[in-house]
Amino acid sequence: MSQLPFDPLLVSIAAPLALALAIALGLPKRWSVLLAYGAFALPALLALHTWWHFSSMPQTAGYAFLTTYSTGLDGVGISLKLGLNGISLPLFVLAGLVGLAAGLYAIQSGAERLKIYLMLLLIMQGGLMGVFASVDIFFFYFFHELALIPTFIMVGVWGGRDRAYAAMKMTIYLTLGAMVSLVGLIALYVKSGAHTFDLITLRAHLAAHPLAETLQNNIAGLLLFGLGVLVSLWPLHTWAPLGYGAAPSSAAMLHAGVLKKFGLYGLVQIALPLLPAGLAHWSHPLAWLAVVGNILIVGLITIAQRDLKQMIGYSSVMHMGYAFLGIAAAGTIGPGGVVLLMVAHGLSVALLFLLATAIHHRTHTFNLDEMGGLAQKTPVLAAFFVAATLASIGLPGFANFWGELAIFVALWKFSPLITALAVAGVVISAIYGLRSAARVFFGPSTEQLAQVTAAHPPLDLSWKERAPALILLAALLFVGFWPKSITTALDAALKPAAVAPAAPAAKPVGAPI
Amino acid sequence: MTPELVKVAAAAADNQWGAIFPELMLACLALALLVLEIALPKKLHVYIPDFALAGLVGTLAGLIVNFNSATLGHETFNALLRHSPGGQVMRAFFLLVAILVCVLARVSLAKQKMPRIEFYHIVLVITGALMLLAQSNHFVMLFVALETVTIGFYILVGYFRQQSASLEAGLKYLIMGALSSGMLLFGISLLYGVAGNSALAGHSANALHYASLAQFLVANPHNFLASAGIVLVLAGVAFKIGAFPFQIWVPDVYQGAPTPVTAFLAVGSKAAGFAVLLVLARDVFASYDWLVIPVLTAMAAATILFGNIAALTQHNVKRLIGLSGVSHAGFLLLGVVASMGPAAHVNATGAVYFYLFAYLIASFAVFGVMAHVAGADDSDQTLDHYAGLAKDNPFLATILAVGLGSLAGIPPLAGFMGKFFIFIAAFDAGARWVLALAAVGVVISIYYYFGWIKAAFFKVWTPSGEDNVPRPARTPVDMVSGVALCLLAMASIFLGFYQGPLGQWMSVK
Repeated sequence: MSQLPFDPLLVSIAAPLALALAIALGLPKRWSVLLAYGAFALPALLALHTWWHFSSMPQTAGYAFLTTYSTGLDGVGISLKLGLNGISLPLFVLAGLVGLAAGLYAIQSGAERLKIYLMLLLIMQGGLMGVFASVDIFFFYFFHELALIPTFIMVGVWGGRDRAYAAMKMTIYLTLGAMVSLVGLIALYVKSGAHTFDLITLRAHLAAHPLAETLQNNIAGLLLFGLGVLVSLWPLHTWAPLGYGAAPSSAAMLHAGVLKKFGLYGLVQIALPLLPAGLAHWSHPLAWLAVVGNILIVGLITIAQRDLKQMIGYSSVMHMGYAFLGIAAAGTIGPGGVVLLMVAHGLSVALLFLLATAIHHRTHTFNLDEMGGLAQKTPVLAAFFVAATLASIGLPGFANFWGELAIFVALWKFSPLITALAVAGVVISAIYGLRSAARVFFGPSTEQLAQVTAAHPPLDLSWKERAPALILLAALLFVGFWPKSITTALDAALKPAAVAPAAPAAKPVGAPI
Repeated sequence: MTPELVKVAAAAADNQWGAIFPELMLACLALALLVLEIALPKKLHVYIPDFALAGLVGTLAGLIVNFNSATLGHETFNALLRHSPGGQVMRAFFLLVAILVCVLARVSLAKQKMPRIEFYHIVLVITGALMLLAQSNHFVMLFVALETVTIGFYILVGYFRQQSASLEAGLKYLIMGALSSGMLLFGISLLYGVAGNSALAGHSANALHYASLAQFLVANPHNFLASAGIVLVLAGVAFKIGAFPFQIWVPDVYQGAPTPVTAFLAVGSKAAGFAVLLVLARDVFASYDWLVIPVLTAMAAATILFGNIAALTQHNVKRLIGLSGVSHAGFLLLGVVASMGPAAHVNATGAVYFYLFAYLIASFAVFGVMAHVAGADDSDQTLDHYAGLAKDNPFLATILAVGLGSLAGIPPLAGFMGKFFIFIAAFDAGARWVLALAAVGVVISIYYYFGWIKAAFFKVWTPSGEDNVPRPARTPVDMVSGVALCLLAMASIFLGFYQGPLGQWMSVK
């Protein structure tokens, strides 16, 4: 049965928000927790459902599951238009899965004031589903902000060290990025002359009447700057490691895993098809910033980190560099690789944040120098962590591999020199990744750790912790072994938008190594 | 009946008193309060504010029922007033403001040993004058209504007469208000003088009538005296809305005035300024857009920057919200500037109205929380007093977060939609640089709004300094104010998600 009696996209947005509202209105704790399972699982299940039936659904302009709701602003060209195309579908599923994992982990975490914590997480989840389900650019932005606000509060209230400062810094940086991209989106709306925020109409309109080149350059510049801050483009990345370092695990999982992808998604879904010349104009500065700043400089900084969570935060900044390179390379393979990498990185970084918190529960520290030899006591945790680390380095068999590979293939045509530097970055990520795994789990145990473990003998990963980790790891492996599950629809969605006459349908799957 | 006939009939018949029925209601209500105070036994006096509140709600309901009244689009009282849909909206706006001010006053006045009833009396009188101001069609009407408002505010600002801060604020407002009235009056007399000069084309014996003056200005596009008059009138209005460089009175007066009065000033007085400004800039001074647009644009840019930067360092929440209000005046000015250009995508006038409503809803939520957190010394309300609010009183903290979030323009709250529409309108009108400044302003404003939320949510109360001054006790929330605050917060959220009929204003007709 491919037809549900309701709109799966609207329900996946509304279900978490509805429960959040119910909690705000005073739902008792027992019910809140019980219903939270459902409110986190429902979007994930519906997302999988849409993914399974995507190819068999009737499509308009590449979009399936299209529905439009009025919010009273039709005269301005704004309406809540939901739908999925090949680009948003994998991210929609990603949001569902990471949301479920983060939700499950939050429920078992027993955080202080759990009800409010879950409420904020549910708002975030609803917003995230909305970001990727929106066809209307206004709502795309709107849902992003909706998901962003709970992040600040969660960092500020449930955060770790320096939480107030981290929350403030994150808020200011991300507001700056959001405001600049908002101005860019308004410029696009006004200047396109289409009098609508609807992406499908905008695309058709701009394909018929492309914008002047200067205008494209200016708008693309605004979007790149604004969205760049949101995705932590060097040198405006400093909020990310600090924020993730302080954020509670579920918030970090959802933000680093999914919400941060908003900026890249905006570039792939909106900027690339609508402003091809504008992005091409900026592609070289962007590629250099990404490769020298994000990959090399931040990569080296990551090696120097002593704090496990900060290290993961920096590593996520570094991996965003690859995504920017894919956008700079354009064509079909480059953005396709970006989407693959977004999914892969989203899953792997969420898994890493989850495991980092699990490690902290056992060692009572994030400091790598004070750990060691945990694998003897917690072999399952160690196995998960090593797998997540290998995934994030980009080992074949994990989804990340295909993303990075596709980006490198596309990048070679763009600039061999940059490609060489970017590949060197993989070595850097191997160094810090493997070293941290070795530091935490192998080698002799330190004195501090011995004291802690003597007081609280560490237990291995419980099933409540394993369940969310398994979801993420299974998805990583699934995409790693069967990337076609994503790329078929993705390829179709990107092709008509390809700017330069891209390489003949060389799918990342079949690309020669 | 032809429109011609309607006009003749309107002039021939008596002044259509029915056209200002809501204002008359308020005047009667105001007098009734004083009578009740004399007539009722002392122990029943506590119910007089409720009576005022009920009267206001009734008037508002009546106004909404008769929104499309027959006088709409006509001039009454020998062209002193002109009834327009915009005017009707502003009438409803001021009634809503008055209702909320009365709700706040119930909380704030209870902490003072003060005669109460006069307070409500003056609020009602000011509200009536504000409603007339929004519909004025003649400079004499404008000035008389504005003076009624201003004189009422002189009393209200200094109402807590045992507190030196309140008295100081009253004096400052008196001096600054007199100065601004003087400028406005000088501007009006220049316009009157030059438009009555029979040597000039299009001169009129009734030059203070908006339409006549507009005709004269069209006939004399670059008259120096008229330009000077226009700038002075704009300056007079800019005082009321607290736009740079006429914002100097704002922090001190906002701090010293009783909290309900601060709210009344911040929302009512500011909105009145914008209602007048919209009419003047779009209709009366339309032919002088070469002058008005640059003046207002520069004012908007400077106001946004000044308001936000000055608010950064404030520790007293009343000063903070005053200066943040200055920056909101800047955003609204940007909307007014945009409304003078061609409307391509968004109806800028509608955007200004929407912004005003969003601002009203959010501001009163914040002021409502302030009234509950404040102690007996109304001017001393610092960020420290908010420490631990989320723990002690989650209800107030949530309302505060929603209100501040909406003021900061964070989606999905109404304030964001207001800013969004203004931004689109400004982009349409080509005010790109001011728009860029406005975007920067929003980022700056996050810092102080967030600082306030941080104080309420992330901090624990610790007595500051050596003297160990205890934090003023928080007033428990009673039913009336609880319901009002709850409605305000819900309205902020609801209007952010669904604009519905209000959204129709934004559409370009």
